[in-house]
Amino acid sequence: MRLALEHISKSYPGVKANDDISLQVEAGEIHAVLGENGAGKSTLMKIIFGAVQPDSGRIVWNGAPVRIKNPGMARDLGIAMVYQHFALFDSLSAAENIWLGLGQGMALADVERRIDAVAQRYGLDCAPRRPVHTLSVGERQRVEIIRCLLADPKLLILDEPTSVLTPQAVEKLFVVLRQLAADGCSILYISHKLDEIRSLCHNCTVLRAGRVTGRVDPAKETEASLSRLMIGADPPALQHRPAQPGEVLLRVDDLNLPGDGEFSVPLQHLSLQVRAGEILGIAGVSGNGQQELLGVLSGEDRRAPAAALQLAGEPVGALGPAQRRWRGLHFIPEERLGRATVPVLSLAQNMLLTARPSETSSRGLIRRRVLGDQAQAVIARFGVKAGGPQAAARSLSGGNLQKYIVGREILGRPRVLIVAQPTWGVDVGAAAQIRGELLALRDAGCAVLVISEELDELFEISDRLQVMARGRLSPSIARADATVEQIGIWMSGLWPQDGASRTEATHAAA
Amino acid sequence: MLRLEARAEPSRWMVWLSPLLALAITVAFGVGIFLAMGKSPLLGLSMFFWEPIKSPYNLSELALKATPLILIGLGLAACYRSNVWNIGAEGQYILGAIFGGGVALLAGDHTPHAIVLPVLLAGVLGGMVWAALVAALRDWFNANEILVSLMLVYVAQYLLDYLVYGPWKDPEGYNFPQTRMFADPTLLGHLIDGTRLNWGFPIALVAVALVWVFLFRSVAGFRLQVGGLAPGAARYAGYSSRKALWTVLLMSGGFAGLAGALDAIGPLQQLTPQVSQGYGFAAIIVAFVGRLNPVGIVLSGALMAMFYIGGELAQSRLGLPNAMTGVFQGLLLFALLACDTLIHHRIRLKR
Amino acid sequence: MDMTASLIATTLSAGTPLALASLGLLINEKSGVVNLGAEGMMLMAAVVGFAVALHTGNQWAAFGAGAAVGALLAAALGLLVIWLGTNQYATGLALTLFGAGLSAFLGIDYVGKTLPNFPPWDIPGLSQLPFFGPALFRHHLMVYLTILLALGMIWFFDRTRAGLVLRAVGESPEVAHALGYPVRRIRLLALVCGGALVGVAGAYLSVIYTPLWVQGMTAGRGWIALALTTFATWRPARVLLGAYLFGGVTMLQFFFQGSGVQVPSQLLSMLPYIATIVVLALMSRNPLWIRVNMPASIGKPFTPGG
Repeated sequence: MRLALEHISKSYPGVKANDDISLQVEAGEIHAVLGENGAGKSTLMKIIFGAVQPDSGRIVWNGAPVRIKNPGMARDLGIAMVYQHFALFDSLSAAENIWLGLGQGMALADVERRIDAVAQRYGLDCAPRRPVHTLSVGERQRVEIIRCLLADPKLLILDEPTSVLTPQAVEKLFVVLRQLAADGCSILYISHKLDEIRSLCHNCTVLRAGRVTGRVDPAKETEASLSRLMIGADPPALQHRPAQPGEVLLRVDDLNLPGDGEFSVPLQHLSLQVRAGEILGIAGVSGNGQQELLGVLSGEDRRAPAAALQLAGEPVGALGPAQRRWRGLHFIPEERLGRATVPVLSLAQNMLLTARPSETSSRGLIRRRVLGDQAQAVIARFGVKAGGPQAAARSLSGGNLQKYIVGREILGRPRVLIVAQPTWGVDVGAAAQIRGELLALRDAGCAVLVISEELDELFEISDRLQVMARGRLSPSIARADATVEQIGIWMSGLWPQDGASRTEATHAAA
Repeated sequence: MLRLEARAEPSRWMVWLSPLLALAITVAFGVGIFLAMGKSPLLGLSMFFWEPIKSPYNLSELALKATPLILIGLGLAACYRSNVWNIGAEGQYILGAIFGGGVALLAGDHTPHAIVLPVLLAGVLGGMVWAALVAALRDWFNANEILVSLMLVYVAQYLLDYLVYGPWKDPEGYNFPQTRMFADPTLLGHLIDGTRLNWGFPIALVAVALVWVFLFRSVAGFRLQVGGLAPGAARYAGYSSRKALWTVLLMSGGFAGLAGALDAIGPLQQLTPQVSQGYGFAAIIVAFVGRLNPVGIVLSGALMAMFYIGGELAQSRLGLPNAMTGVFQGLLLFALLACDTLIHHRIRLKR
Repeated sequence: MDMTASLIATTLSAGTPLALASLGLLINEKSGVVNLGAEGMMLMAAVVGFAVALHTGNQWAAFGAGAAVGALLAAALGLLVIWLGTNQYATGLALTLFGAGLSAFLGIDYVGKTLPNFPPWDIPGLSQLPFFGPALFRHHLMVYLTILLALGMIWFFDRTRAGLVLRAVGESPEVAHALGYPVRRIRLLALVCGGALVGVAGAYLSVIYTPLWVQGMTAGRGWIALALTTFATWRPARVLLGAYLFGGVTMLQFFFQGSGVQVPSQLLSMLPYIATIVVLALMSRNPLWIRVNMPASIGKPFTPGG
């Protein structure tokens, strides 16, 4: 028995993150921790890793009870963690990063030698002397894993490792993990992706709302049964009527945009069209130009030529976000706090960010009652759980805040709605509601553009699909004609091109 | 072992309690300093807190002193709420005095009294020009406004020195560095006979109301605050950060310049190298202690004026050095910043 | 020829306090903390250093006292900014205002007093060289030590593990914390060491450079030192050069007055400040360049376990 958690509990102000959780992992076992966002997985891992102390319960390591007071102690015990958002210093090289991650007593040259040895053994190619900011996301993850492996871990924790990988890269990762387990290392695999867990893991503990709802062998379960344990009910089915597309409302024609700084991705020859009454989904791993494209579409980045972007035939590339909104182009960014809303302001005040001036202000002064009424309308219509229109945006849970933001934009009567990561970090119930609202909007004749990392979601709601890789867009394909494998291949940039540019689109997000 | 624990919600009480707590800490230190200097703490404290308010005349002096502090503080509040760190209000005040004084010097004994208006407008212009330099350097060159505005304070002081030692020196002034006294029509009338109180104080109060409406009820003010609270949201909404930068800098420059001109034709009635008593810097503290809120600034402005007057009284009556005022001011800000932690955290005893 | 040699000599001497303070601030900023209290620290160190030199007659005791004052004030700043999480800019400003006031207060009895003479060190042999001798080799020991310090810092940041850790903390304290480094303690250490250097700079001013005490005698050098770290893009060698450049500009005013050019003295006095603004503007023009070199976490508060 490598690791045993007994009756672990942890509370934060207002929420019980972990409630009497018990868990067991053997040596060489790959153990999944399954749960949706907010189920308490991250908190539990932070406790195991020593970043957070439990309120009660104990941890037993190799048969002896221990108190893991900080990450340093965890490391000494042989526990290593690969974070979802990598713990790397961009301006340093991979080797320097790894050197910092290890304890004292080793020279840089020794570290570099050991990196090469480990990389060989597990087939993790990595370029140790390059600065990290030049590496792709998949390469950075490999650096993280190598860093963990150099410490000769007995337990490796991986937190949502595949959210940034293409399907092919995921397979490569699994090969590495299986080899590690065979060598005797235990693995805790945190995820909410049912198919991966069933393919990789020996055992699975399911968490919901801070409690353990099941301990199962994933191979013996179906996706439906696992889903039931995870959310307590069958996933709600969505009504998907066939699309009746009208005129083209949003058009981007051969957009080229150079990068704007060290880490940004240049956009090349981007073309897309969205018609009224249809949903275009753009798939792709983050970091391939989505942020840059969204900046151009929303008007936060106005370097594009005016004619490159057309709204119902009118060139809008030179207009700012407010002017685009007046013409019916609304945008929901992926950052809820700090971009879509101001965290400390109330829901009523946050309405003012995207509201129509004619309705909400008069002679330069704010009409506060109108704002309050509008916020109340959003809360009522979309079922936002909040303390009323005066509640601060940051007091809402992720799912409720997202419902408010989506509701605010939908009630703004858009002709075109652009959404980025519509259900990231949102509980399953709210996610289903949001997807339903997007479909309803599309049925009412709005043109909807969805950019998302979740392929399942895109397959569920899109009428047509395109893939973004390395700053380029694939041709568009009807959803009915697309398969996950094909989209996965396209995510590496390998879609049918017109001859010459095929060689460039290689190494996209390996 | 004391530990700081984050609160789930910031404490509304502490937002207004914190300045009072900070004041208490400052007073405690003051008592300590008085004792160390061999003076009676009670007498010392009365210089600062009782004397300035004990008679109508003293109150009028308090209002007179508080006027520039409130005016400058208002402008700085707008700046700091927008995350524009204008530290050079002192220089903008000096330029206001220079411009206002320059126009006042043009007047003679027969100029109509309406000359006061151009004098004040010139003061506003002077402050705006100086602040516009800061805005331009940040807008076009991305230069840090803290350093630029501060460097310009030194330049402003040397400019004043140059004028007062050179071209504007009073030819009948026995070679002292000072301009001639301004002609009577340029001087602000006394509002109440027997006091030095002038139109500056009512102007300041009107400014308080206007700025309050601007910050909390106008769309433009909302945009400024969003720009300071969440720049990403401001970009998303389409608010121009450039417009915000120029607006708040011109506003604070204008207010500081107005304060400078008011002082030039009010209590000073001429220009000398010592036009400024550090109001530009004291106003920074006024803005913070007043919670960047116009109403709070009236109170903190009055408090800071009490420190100034108390310092002068303590010097003349108790022999304490005038530099004490600066010590108290700095202490107050320090204590305020420390107490502000209690807004977002609570103290717990842990073993 | 003599004039040029003496110009070079005074430039080196005038640039030294700027360089010392700026190198100290560089250490602070590399760890991610902006220290707007530099001016106040220098003033406090100047008055304390002067007092110690007056009472003990020992310049090194004065430097030690200056360093101690700088370190103490930096620790106070660190307590507020690092542990209580107060706004770095406002707290630094408060420290400057407080330091200015307190130094004026403490220094009242020292105005007009004179110190014993602390002669420069003529490097044997080299100081007899024509031109280079008087220009470069007849300085106070602190001038030479400052140059050595800059070289030492280059080695520290590029070659040692401790320097790498400091850079890492400055770039991303969250990641450093996740890796198990005591971020807050490292930042405090950086603040205190840097503060000590700023203190030495202040003491140098009042004990060696212009051996007297006057209220506000630093005249904005603390602020110029802050500007210096930015336009030297956080590299010790450039800080040194920049400091000497500014020292030179400060000296220019006396040069002009001596050579009989008819410019009012007040306008000449403006030169260092205007020069600072101009250089700052030119250097900041390319935001990318600054961003690439700047420690990414400057000014932002850090709470572990957040």
